[in-house]
Amino acid sequence: MKKHSVLPGFGLTMGFTLLYLGLLVLIPLSMAFLKASSLSWDQFWHIVTAPRVLASYRLSFGASFAAALINAGFGLLVAWVLVRYSFPGRAIVDGLVDLPFALPTAVGGLALTATYAPTGWIGAKLAAVGIKAAYSPLGVVIALTFIGLPFVVRTVQPVLVDLEREVEEAAATLGANRLQTFRQIILPAVFPSVLTGFALAFARALGEYGSVVFISGNMPMRTEIVPLLIMTKLDQFDYAGATAIAVVMLVISFGLLFAINILQWLNARRLSAA
Amino acid sequence: MTYKKTLIAVFSIALVLVPSLGGSAQTNVTLLNVSYDPTRELYQELNAAFAKAWKAKSGQTVTINQSHGGSGKQARAVIDGLEADVVTLALGYDVDAIQKAGLIAPNWQKRLPNNSSPYTSTIVFLVRKGNPKRIRDWDDLVKPGISVITPNPKTSGGARWNHLAAWGYVLKRQNGDDAKARDFVARLFKNVPVLDSGARGSTTTFVERGIGDVLIAWENEAILAARELAKGDFEIVVPTVSILAEPPVSVVDKVVDKHKTRTVAQAYLEFLYSDEGQRIAAKHYYRPRTPSVTAEFSQQFQQVQMFTIDELFGGWQKAQASHFNDGGIFDQIYQPGF
Amino acid sequence: MSSSTAVRTLAAARASSTTEPAFVRFGLLGVALAFLGLFLIVPVAVVFEQAFAKGGATYLAAVGEPEALAALRLTLITAAIVVPVNLVFGLAAAWAIAKFEFTGKSALITLIDLPFAVSPVISGMVFVLLFGARGLFGPWLDAHGLKIIFATPGIVIATMFVTLPLVARELIPLMHAHGTEEEEAAVSLGAGGWQTFFRVTLPNIKWGVLYGVILCNARAMGEFGAVSVVSGHIRGVTNTLPLHVEILYNEYNSAAAFAVASLLAALALVTLVAKRLVESKAHSGRNGLTASTGERKEQDEH
Repeated sequence: MKKHSVLPGFGLTMGFTLLYLGLLVLIPLSMAFLKASSLSWDQFWHIVTAPRVLASYRLSFGASFAAALINAGFGLLVAWVLVRYSFPGRAIVDGLVDLPFALPTAVGGLALTATYAPTGWIGAKLAAVGIKAAYSPLGVVIALTFIGLPFVVRTVQPVLVDLEREVEEAAATLGANRLQTFRQIILPAVFPSVLTGFALAFARALGEYGSVVFISGNMPMRTEIVPLLIMTKLDQFDYAGATAIAVVMLVISFGLLFAINILQWLNARRLSAA
Repeated sequence: MTYKKTLIAVFSIALVLVPSLGGSAQTNVTLLNVSYDPTRELYQELNAAFAKAWKAKSGQTVTINQSHGGSGKQARAVIDGLEADVVTLALGYDVDAIQKAGLIAPNWQKRLPNNSSPYTSTIVFLVRKGNPKRIRDWDDLVKPGISVITPNPKTSGGARWNHLAAWGYVLKRQNGDDAKARDFVARLFKNVPVLDSGARGSTTTFVERGIGDVLIAWENEAILAARELAKGDFEIVVPTVSILAEPPVSVVDKVVDKHKTRTVAQAYLEFLYSDEGQRIAAKHYYRPRTPSVTAEFSQQFQQVQMFTIDELFGGWQKAQASHFNDGGIFDQIYQPGF
Repeated sequence: MSSSTAVRTLAAARASSTTEPAFVRFGLLGVALAFLGLFLIVPVAVVFEQAFAKGGATYLAAVGEPEALAALRLTLITAAIVVPVNLVFGLAAAWAIAKFEFTGKSALITLIDLPFAVSPVISGMVFVLLFGARGLFGPWLDAHGLKIIFATPGIVIATMFVTLPLVARELIPLMHAHGTEEEEAAVSLGAGGWQTFFRVTLPNIKWGVLYGVILCNARAMGEFGAVSVVSGHIRGVTNTLPLHVEILYNEYNSAAAFAVASLLAALALVTLVAKRLVESKAHSGRNGLTASTGERKEQDEH
């Protein structure tokens, strides 16, 4: 198991960590599996592949993916601007990036709905050109973009700070133009962190509930997200059905996070080998 | 270290606070009324009035705590251990669910007059000022280009009343033809752009977000919106036929026995049937049961031909099973589309 | 060519080779700010605009109402319990994970991250399945007169679950970056475990600790979904501030809802200011590491 170390406290801290995780994470989450196991495999499969549930996977995954993609692109841009350019108010903007993380999701949902509804500041302008923002899949993407915004920025920013300018200079001296430098020097360096940020934003968006239900309109087959369906099933006293869908989501979440951690580990190895 | 001190301080605060949550001295009694969304204002006033009446009668000071939310969610919370002394929900189906969990006696609906529902309501339409789309009756809601706002029947009790009211209207008109009713309701939902998860969400969507031409709503909610939320911006349209919505109330037997609060809980529910209780209900736009109070408020409620859920659907259990359960009619209406 | 001209040309070349032309710079800056404006600044401005839409008196009435104060109290109590507990967990987990090598580390870190990616609806639900009247421990709790769900303990536990990763995730990379040499030296000089921790490790990571605490606190005060499932929504008793916002909103009292929401938004902003102060302290401090921004990078490198 553990390699030898002269430092004390492994038993104590590891024991406490495992105990706490066991009590607070493992046992509670295994309840979902236990409850779902009251279903036969056929019943389980029937519930998690019902057309409405499939439609909600499509929306949840599609919208989360779109939002994470938007955040990957714009997050990289925002990080670049914050690190490389100086402009008045930079410190304020830098601080604001974390706001979606600190703001209660219900408040975020209310604010976004008030902004993007046809009567809202931005929604009115979008409605004028025929774009329906709130109460459509686009509304879901907007909410998920909002909550995922900090992740790419915050994972890319430190990498950009540490990026050595000498390499860029060298590239320029060798005749590369700025775009080439960006594509061949900067992008490969920041790409792993963009990917990590993307995956974090994606994982977070999949489970988001509070902010989305206000803005989505909750139309069956069109704007119902997976957590809403779990809630719907609970409200019908259908615990087994709710936990069946929850189990699917839990497995996916765990898989995604595991992939992120492996990715970071591989990346760390690549860097230290280089 | 300081954080240890903080920890100790925090735990001592917690220790002091936790017992204070469940205090139950004999001269001070606390009831928890678990209710659904649109009754907040109603019970705020009723609770104050009852506390006064109860103090005069028994000398006890009664504090009534309120919990509001979607009716089904609230019933689930009670089943899962939310210790409600009384429940005042949107539909009998939800009280039945609590009964099935063994917390309420099976004969609950017979224990109080009028199917245990002290006030009623019906389903009406709220339209924008001047009724620009000329909506008069249910038929107008399925016309192309009309945008209808109603909540999601899967999550909202009010929405189930809306769905059944539309269905019943067609049954009444077409001599009980279920196929026609189904076609009608399917066309109705084609006109719905937003299905909020609760009745209050729908009202907000219609009133504050400006979406839709017509809101299908509880009569009490519609009058509240028209008179108090945005005076003069909305009008109420009462259809020719609608459903008699009977929101039920019940004592939760298991809980009152545990809390020893049966007497006061019982008195509380009976107070809803008193003239004072009925008047407060009418003031909050619920239709009273007592004829004398009904006469006092006759100006407020328009005449409408009403049918009951027992009459057309054979009760909530049947209606829920065929219309709203997974794979039921509501799902079938939505499933193939898009 | 004189040396000074050479330096100047070199500097110019350096600047031009590592920055973009001015129009590109302004373009990128404009796009970035427009993006943040659309998704961040306008919605938050809307909160404050709507909060004061009906005037300052309404605002004060909304935030000074007894039920709002009760909600605030519950929110503060919850945070006051959750943050220290998760701090202790974060320190323990970071010590075990960052200072020692063992198999299954990735899986353990993933487990710590899990509450962050689990839908709040699910996190609330599992505690109902566990402690609810019909849950695994429900009958036992009932027999002993203990209330967890629909009472303060349930809210605290759900919040604990949701905010579990935050301190640990800040500290693991930070402790890892510091390595084990200093601690090993202390131990070889005869220092005890606790002594080593308080004298050597803690000073090195204090800003990371503070930063994690700030984030954890913000999240603990703002959690909505999970708490909503386990609270029971009893007015003045089990409503937290975010739940109170929803209630007000459902009462068609949107000015009051946004007023309380603005309070939470202000709390979030204060948090961010505190975070910035911590960062600048950390940058200037002798032992300070690059507090927030440098950590993930360091983790990548080790």
